[in-house]
Amino acid sequence: MTDQLTVFKLKQDIAAGRIKSREITKAILDRISRYDSAIGAYLSVFADKALQQAQAVDDKIAAGQPVGPLAGVPIAIKDNLCYTEGLTTCGSKILGNFKPPYNAHVVEKLLAADAVILGKTNLDEFAMGSSTENSGLQKTVNPWDKTRVPGGSSGGSAASVAAGLCCAALGSDTGGSIRQPASFCGIVGLKPTYGRVSRYGLVAYGSSLDQIGPMTTCVKDAAILLQVLAGHDERDSTSVSTETAAVPDYLIALEQAVTGLKIAYVPQFIEQAEAPVRDAIKSALELYKSLGANLVEVQMPHFDYSIAAYYVIATAEASSNLARFDGCHYGYRSPSARDYVEVYSKSRAEGFGAEVKRRIMLGTFALSSGYYDAYYLKALKVRNLIRKDFTEAFAKADCLMMPVAPSTAFKIGEKTNDPLQMYLADIYTIAVNLAGVPGLSIPCGFDGNRLPIGLQIIGPTFSEDKLLRIAAIFESKTDYHLQKPEFK
Amino acid sequence: MSNQINRQQVEQVAHLSRLDLTDQELDLFSGQLSSIVEYIQKLNELDTQNVEPLAHSLPVHNVFRPDIPRPSLGTEKALANAPDRVDDFFKVPQILDDNSGA
Repeated sequence: MTDQLTVFKLKQDIAAGRIKSREITKAILDRISRYDSAIGAYLSVFADKALQQAQAVDDKIAAGQPVGPLAGVPIAIKDNLCYTEGLTTCGSKILGNFKPPYNAHVVEKLLAADAVILGKTNLDEFAMGSSTENSGLQKTVNPWDKTRVPGGSSGGSAASVAAGLCCAALGSDTGGSIRQPASFCGIVGLKPTYGRVSRYGLVAYGSSLDQIGPMTTCVKDAAILLQVLAGHDERDSTSVSTETAAVPDYLIALEQAVTGLKIAYVPQFIEQAEAPVRDAIKSALELYKSLGANLVEVQMPHFDYSIAAYYVIATAEASSNLARFDGCHYGYRSPSARDYVEVYSKSRAEGFGAEVKRRIMLGTFALSSGYYDAYYLKALKVRNLIRKDFTEAFAKADCLMMPVAPSTAFKIGEKTNDPLQMYLADIYTIAVNLAGVPGLSIPCGFDGNRLPIGLQIIGPTFSEDKLLRIAAIFESKTDYHLQKPEFK
Repeated sequence: MSNQINRQQVEQVAHLSRLDLTDQELDLFSGQLSSIVEYIQKLNELDTQNVEPLAHSLPVHNVFRPDIPRPSLGTEKALANAPDRVDDFFKVPQILDDNSGA
């Protein structure tokens, strides 16, 4: 029953009474208890609550009552999204016992859509990282090879989808944290346009970059989830109004024909990647070409500066956002703090892990007197140049294609001693957040070790409908998304 | 400008960040932050004299809502995660000394 779990099939089967939500929820919970001790995708599982939610949907259907668009579908959420059930830890000791007093906007949306929430997934602490190794609470491995990382920071969400430990998951993406783990785990991951999905109840990392999105086994499921998540929310002041950008029907968009598709690519970006990634991206472009798409070569001269700009801007925002962890209102307080300054400085020193401390320090440095112009202001100007690169590319083509990451999933521990090397692996994903445009990762091949490779499709702001449609074409001609990791 | 962050600067930044770091952490971060900051100098290769800074990818405006009172969290929910409390207050160590006259 848990083979080839898709949201679109399952919701139909449940709505038609062919499958009971309670049965499928129970089956997935059983898989979690059998397999997750070796994978480590979940930080918490709400078995009783999930079964109650499933039963409620089954009861509604039996009574002939209307149900929501995710009725009875078991979903996992990243543990930086507030949910009043259980804890929301952000993978951090500082929030190790935090029970949110409210639900995130996206959690409200899932519940209103009658979804079943299975549990909370592991992440790099405060979503800062590219491998989930920075989680202060547990390790997550890649279901395709347990000696390798699942990617990050939404590594738990990606691993749970890939391993069939949920039907779909939510992640968050500040510099690639949905797309890169999706690529490493062989699933679909969508970072929507900045402002498309409300960030209310998402624990903030880099507020001008953060965006929540779906992680699924196929493109259609990503469309179904985005439909539920997208829209205006007055509690997030950067949430886009429907007058600025109406939410289209993403499922209808999927069915529409694509004619005269123009795909931009930057030859060096593809050549720079490791050979298996390079070859898979080239094959994907060839496939589109064979289907009638025009490939348009473009240059993006400022793209190469995106990592430098990002690690100023994101850390500056993080240093400000994480100032709220003060040991006073919620979260960890050091038992050895003797005065109020030590309540701050000891609680934070004991509660945060190394990467979070590094980023707070870097951001504080970049914003500090005497360095603000040289670093922060400079980075904001470069951000404008990077956005211009995208605008110019999109003037010539419908979308841009490139790798998600330069390599497939790397070994656990391989990059942990050198933070800069870890940062540099985010070269293809970070510029998308700086420009605020949407980006999608879909499975497009495997390397010699049978590790998945992702194709990144990037479009102008609010072009999610078109990106999903373009991705669906590739998916309909290939079977990479149907392949699953084998594990016992 | 020097590309290196020296140990003294790291201590100052740790202080500003309210992070009570160990000597070992200060040593580690001095090296790591130096190499990251050195990498960030790459931004100086670009001439940005006539470029506007971009703080937000979308045009963002002030968002107002009608000034109508509405329910908020409530005392118990707001205090539920407090590390320490007394009655309806967050409890913290004494801030002013007894002789400050405040």
